[in-house]
Amino acid sequence: MTYLARSPWVIHYDASSCNGCDIEVLACLTPLYDIERFGIINTGNPKHADVFLVTGSINEQNKEVIKNIYNQIPEPKVVVAIGICATSGGVFRECYNVMGGIDTMIPVDVYVPGCAARPEMIIDGVVKALGILEEKWAKMEAGKK
Amino acid sequence: MNLNIITGIIFLILAPLIGGLIAGADRIVTARMQGRVGPPLLQPFYDVSKLFEKETMVVTTTQYVYVVAYIVFIAFTGALFFSGGDILLVVFALTLAHVFLIMGAYASRSPYSVIGAERELIMLMAFEPAIILCAAGMYLVSKSFFVRDIISYNGAIILLIPGLFFAFLYVFTMKLRKSPFDISTSHHAHQELIKGLTTDFSGSVLGITEIAHWYETVFLLGFIYLFFAFNPVIGIIALIVIYLLEIYIDNVSARVRWSFALKSAWIITAVLGIVNIGILFFRWW
Repeated sequence: MTYLARSPWVIHYDASSCNGCDIEVLACLTPLYDIERFGIINTGNPKHADVFLVTGSINEQNKEVIKNIYNQIPEPKVVVAIGICATSGGVFRECYNVMGGIDTMIPVDVYVPGCAARPEMIIDGVVKALGILEEKWAKMEAGKK
Repeated sequence: MNLNIITGIIFLILAPLIGGLIAGADRIVTARMQGRVGPPLLQPFYDVSKLFEKETMVVTTTQYVYVVAYIVFIAFTGALFFSGGDILLVVFALTLAHVFLIMGAYASRSPYSVIGAERELIMLMAFEPAIILCAAGMYLVSKSFFVRDIISYNGAIILLIPGLFFAFLYVFTMKLRKSPFDISTSHHAHQELIKGLTTDFSGSVLGITEIAHWYETVFLLGFIYLFFAFNPVIGIIALIVIYLLEIYIDNVSARVRWSFALKSAWIITAVLGIVNIGILFFRWW
């Protein structure tokens, strides 16, 4: 029995996104979608977070930041790449400074494509991620024994 | 000392449950005030259970010691209070508990954590005079520092020390970590500096801090109940009204600067408290 799925706290990082997906992420917090119904809280602190939402693609400036945030999230954790830029680099993938999607730097569990990803899609992606979070927790517990 | 140990033990067992339910109800009422549905009633319990399932990243091992000392002393404060002990000892144990929390936040080198610790220290300075004057006022009324004597005083304490009651109510917001005084840590505004105090707490350490906060909420509500102890029905209704009022204030007010919080708390405590105690001291009846 795990309570992870009942209280997933997310941290959101904007990695060179155009702000479109970020606004959609924040739209999930509004009274219309109200993700706090599911116990989801948008924390600003990786040490409190379970789910890492990343928007935008990786570049030379932010690759260290992403790695740093990822390493500071306590296990078990999942990463959700939101928007087409985060999943593959999108239209910017050929740019000289863009390295590609988030998975070029850290392991990604769920991809939510779209430009911008709709709030419904984002919530769906996070709910998918919760299943993976529980699996990871089960593995972690098995590893302890 | 013939303390009523049983009620103390009941407090130790029931307070986290009641505190968690209050926190859950608080979140639902807050959400409704903001036009949202809000989380389930048991959400705070889910949160804390989850925190204990997570890996605990301890930045420095002393942090863990301080946070455990924090919950132990908060539980001691409440148990002593509910078993009818000396109210001054209760106040000092509460201060000591908060000193441990501040030390826990100082133990980390994160600048956010240090700022949070400094602000918590300021909140403690703002809160202390009011609660000590309340203890003094209750002594002047009931001629005893023991909670069991204060609670059996037959007469409305609230009518004799209304000034102290309002001074306590003013600083009560700080202890509940609600706006406009949620400047050391808050239940909202997770992305901001004011989450400072808990920045470097994670996993079970954060969970322990949360449970300690539930203990403290129940203890403080018990302290407010003392003012209304002459009639349990009025007492319970007063507690509910005061808590709803706190939630309302939390939702309608903006956060103030720490200097305003400190100054206003001291001025209100000084004016209302000293005038009230003066009147009580020189009373002619």
